[in-house]
Amino acid sequence: MSSEKIDVRYVAKLARIALTDDEVERFGAQLGDLLEHVNALSKLDVSQVAATAQVVESRNVERVDETRPCLDRETVLEEAPQRQGGFFRVPRIIAE
Amino acid sequence: MEIIERSAAQIAREVNARSLSARDVTEAVLARIDAVEGEIGSYVSVLHEHARAAAARVDERVDAGESLPLAGVPLAVKDNMCLVGTRTTAGSKMLEHWRAPYTATAVQRLLDAGCVPVGKANMDEFAMGSSCENSALGVTRNPYDLTRVPGGSSGGSAAAVAAFEAAIGMGSDTGGSIREPAAFCNLVGFKPTYGRISRYGLIAFASSLDQIGPLTRTVEDAALAYDVMAGKDPMDATSIDRAVEPTATHLRTDLSGMKVGLVKQFGTSELGGEIDAVYRKAYQDLQALGAELVEVELPTADYGLATYYLIAPAECSSNLARFDGVRYGMRVDGADVHDMYEKTRAAGFGPEVKRRILIGTYALSSGYYDAYYVRAQKARTLIARDFERAFAQCDLIACPAASSPAFQFNAKSDPYSMYLMDYYTIPMSLAGLPALSVPCGWTTPAGADRPMPLGLQLTAPLFKERDVLAAAHAYEQKTQHAAAHKPAIATVGA
Repeated sequence: MSSEKIDVRYVAKLARIALTDDEVERFGAQLGDLLEHVNALSKLDVSQVAATAQVVESRNVERVDETRPCLDRETVLEEAPQRQGGFFRVPRIIAE
Repeated sequence: MEIIERSAAQIAREVNARSLSARDVTEAVLARIDAVEGEIGSYVSVLHEHARAAAARVDERVDAGESLPLAGVPLAVKDNMCLVGTRTTAGSKMLEHWRAPYTATAVQRLLDAGCVPVGKANMDEFAMGSSCENSALGVTRNPYDLTRVPGGSSGGSAAAVAAFEAAIGMGSDTGGSIREPAAFCNLVGFKPTYGRISRYGLIAFASSLDQIGPLTRTVEDAALAYDVMAGKDPMDATSIDRAVEPTATHLRTDLSGMKVGLVKQFGTSELGGEIDAVYRKAYQDLQALGAELVEVELPTADYGLATYYLIAPAECSSNLARFDGVRYGMRVDGADVHDMYEKTRAAGFGPEVKRRILIGTYALSSGYYDAYYVRAQKARTLIARDFERAFAQCDLIACPAASSPAFQFNAKSDPYSMYLMDYYTIPMSLAGLPALSVPCGWTTPAGADRPMPLGLQLTAPLFKERDVLAAAHAYEQKTQHAAAHKPAIATVGA
């Protein structure tokens, strides 16, 4: 495990969260503190251990592929921050 | 006994017998809410009209001859669970004005069973926290001491039930979010086996850990609510396809034939003399009820917090990626789409949510995935194995539900000190086990002028919900700790 400092700005970019300078400093210190605590895990010998993703036995679930009722478009679009006709409106994604 | 003080079981009996109407119950509870909400702040939204309409439907069904397991029972719904047409905020600015377009399966099952939803309960934002202080939408106070927190993240549901603003509170528990507020508010809080209750319509935090469960004033009420909510749901592929054993009909009054494990690593002496004495007495009482006490070991339980604070943030960073300002919730305009995402998420999420998204993103990022996330998943395997070994020697494990009684506001400014509150509940969550907190005594914290409740946590192997509830009932009936003190708020019936 690494004990190097988190590059908070880089991680925030990955997470798509704009941070203020104050937040970068505060979160950097707090996350560094937390990482020191979680680094305790390096003391565990897990070389022969399988990873657990889900504790209760689970298998892939299938259903019959047939149409069935779902939320109608109007209900969904009513909650949209911005819409245009039957679509979600977002800022331009492809450059002109 | 005043209507609002009655248990869910008693209300349902009376409404089914038509000696009391769902309407009368609902009006009494709404009046109570209007009287005490200014002091307590349990709810983000109070559903006056919704509740009255639901009560009318329950009365119609009962008049038509139906018998409903929870007829007329006032219900607090944690605000991360969808109820169609109501604001469902998850305690976040991000969803402050969002109205749920459908109803969560667990909520629907309680409504079908006769529950009347009276309000959407406050919570730590996106269920991240142990005090309700991380809600972006208001303060909730502990009904037993208004200067103290109700616990979290299901703090609004806990405060509502403790203050007689509901008889059943729905909570969700990822690392202790039902059990810790139950302990803080003198309630029973039950987290069933992972997958027992559908998560459809529950706003996701950490999907491999999240589980819905009830907070109630009695074990019988928790069993009744669990029996209604449990079972496979085609809308949640992780819900367990396994017969649900009814629990409310199998509550016990003794523990003969049961072996209860006390965890060597979970000594209580460091919790303080008075608290230590409460837990020692609780274990003696279990023995007096006929249980055989055995010592068990959970050598990796101490790694629970470290494991949890990698896995849960990793899952939350992925789950909360959906809040991007495009389809629902808050949007802050930006120069381009990336700018919009970043500004929306900066304005919509509070500090604790940002911290967890950042740590989770880091743990999943290239170069760190194996060192942090995969290692934590392997540690999770070891913790689950520890429980398997322990349960070879016992039927139940008994230990504290929280590291302290309810603390004062702003007492845990360092994030890690807040995380430590869930030291005793996180290992069970990582192993997916059914676990419950039941009132086990009182302690007067330094400087406080009134005693605060403590919770005993009982844990069973996977799917053994019946054993947890049966044993908790026997303990509750013998000890009656919950009745020792009343909430600190305006007199009931005044």
